Amino acid sequence: MIKGKVWKFGDNISTDHIAPGRYFHLRNNLEELAKHVLEDAMEDFAKRVKKGDIIVAGKNFGLGSSREHAARIIKIAGVSCVVAKSFARIFYRNAFNVGLPLIELKEVDEINQGDELEIDLENGILKDLTTGKEYRFNPIPRFLLEILKEDGIVNYLKKHGTFPRV
Amino acid sequence: MGKTLAEKIFSEHVGKDVKAGDIVIAKVDIAMAQDGTGPLMIKEFKEMGFKEVKVPKAFLFIDHASPSPKKELSNSQKMMREFGKEMDVRVYDAGDGISHQILAESYVKPGDLVAGADSHTCTAGGLGAFGTGMGSTDVAIIFGLGQNWFKVPETIKIVISGKLQKGVYAKDIILEIARLLKSDGATYKALEFHGDCIEGMEVEDRLTISNMAVEVGAKAGLMPSDEKTKEFLKKMGREEDFRELKADPDANYEMEVEIDASSLEPLISFPHYVDNVKKVSEVEKEKIKIDQVFIGTCTNGRLQDLEIALRILEKHGKHPDVRLIVGPASRKVYMDALEKGIIKKFVELGAAVIPPGCGPCVGIHMGVLGDAERVLSTQNRNFKGRMGNPNAEIYLASPATAAATAITGYVTDPRRFI
Repeated sequence: MIKGKVWKFGDNISTDHIAPGRYFHLRNNLEELAKHVLEDAMEDFAKRVKKGDIIVAGKNFGLGSSREHAARIIKIAGVSCVVAKSFARIFYRNAFNVGLPLIELKEVDEINQGDELEIDLENGILKDLTTGKEYRFNPIPRFLLEILKEDGIVNYLKKHGTFPRV
Repeated sequence: MGKTLAEKIFSEHVGKDVKAGDIVIAKVDIAMAQDGTGPLMIKEFKEMGFKEVKVPKAFLFIDHASPSPKKELSNSQKMMREFGKEMDVRVYDAGDGISHQILAESYVKPGDLVAGADSHTCTAGGLGAFGTGMGSTDVAIIFGLGQNWFKVPETIKIVISGKLQKGVYAKDIILEIARLLKSDGATYKALEFHGDCIEGMEVEDRLTISNMAVEVGAKAGLMPSDEKTKEFLKKMGREEDFRELKADPDANYEMEVEIDASSLEPLISFPHYVDNVKKVSEVEKEKIKIDQVFIGTCTNGRLQDLEIALRILEKHGKHPDVRLIVGPASRKVYMDALEKGIIKKFVELGAAVIPPGCGPCVGIHMGVLGDAERVLSTQNRNFKGRMGNPNAEIYLASPATAAATAITGYVTDPRRFI
């Protein structure tokens, strides 16, 4: 069960918003790069985000480059889950590969900045504890849940030696 | 039921018939990473305990920050060279050029499955190969296992018919597609291009269109492999790599989009999203002042692009307030442009000709913008901060529009000069 406070973002948050190109030289130093996470969308986000917090965004979150660093620094910053109307493809795959859960939810507009959420990934239930509303989302495919359980594909492959069964 | 190009290519790489929606384990022909994604790829490759590279063709490209402008980057690049030596993986280094262009020139064959830790790996679709961008860890898995899991995508059929007007180019076609589909219109899907406009189009221009498939969210942008493909491969000295490859006539498409090429005008993408597309003729009267013009990148840094831009520019000269940067996409493009006298003419016109590579497009070095400055670039992305400064504005257009704009100093329709 995931529980945390909401940080709201709009539509089309790109990998350039998340991991700006001007910090390219920090890509081998993810802890430092994480201090700039989402800087071009919300300047002081990295300073204010707390461990366990949840990002709630609009459509097409993570569009743009293949930089896996984007998903990694969101996780390093302490974010426990990203909820969005939709995700860009490469980001979607990168996030599960590094053990960051993503949820697609069409009702994100009903969730407010600062709300407290409780998310049951396996059963596809999201509760907004602040408004009292409960939402159902398409449960994450089992294949990806297996990867999440091992905190990412690297650990999964190290442990099991092969991909989860499709 | 017939197959789309995506279904055909995946079926061959899985070893049985597969269809859109299937999750499959597929063998990969070509895998690569660049200096932005390569160091993490190498770290994860080692973390997973792989001892050898098992993908038939594996490459590392030092093209993003190249030659290196910072010691941290120099150290990452050093690590890539060491890995290359240790694992017998070819490393393309400073001066060689952009990964996607080098792959298209020298390695990609129709029907290949190409996976790159760079979102514009979809450029390979211009040769009828399934090229797709992935993260560093996914590419590390492919380096180590020679395969990975994929979802066979649904396909959107894009039929482009008619003849382009003078002054209108492949770049304008893909900007029109971005306008129609928006930045997420093809998420998880493949684009497949059809129509007589595509059939008559050179591979160089097809590469421009496939390159930007990811800008509408697509996993790949697939062109047919036909006589034009054969001509291109012959020109690159590898005619034997040709095979004809087309979708079956009764393939199943999720959606069909029709575009009349003859009705298109020069288009321009406004900041800060690629799908924010307008007609150049309609915005010209606003006299949008441009500080820098960049002609180059994996989208439009090929010989033909430089020729088109030069033909327009050389008659009128560059506006004194415009900084003009020209970047050939590869060493081959650079050499060809040198031999044809194109580079000399650009230098005489006042351009800064930079070494082959990604250069200004990725915002690390060369051509970083000042606050409130505007650039018109032939690249593929204009996200906020993309070129190194979130307080600058990036406009995207064809090499012809870029050249016309360099002449006047504001966004200008190239048809005035053709």
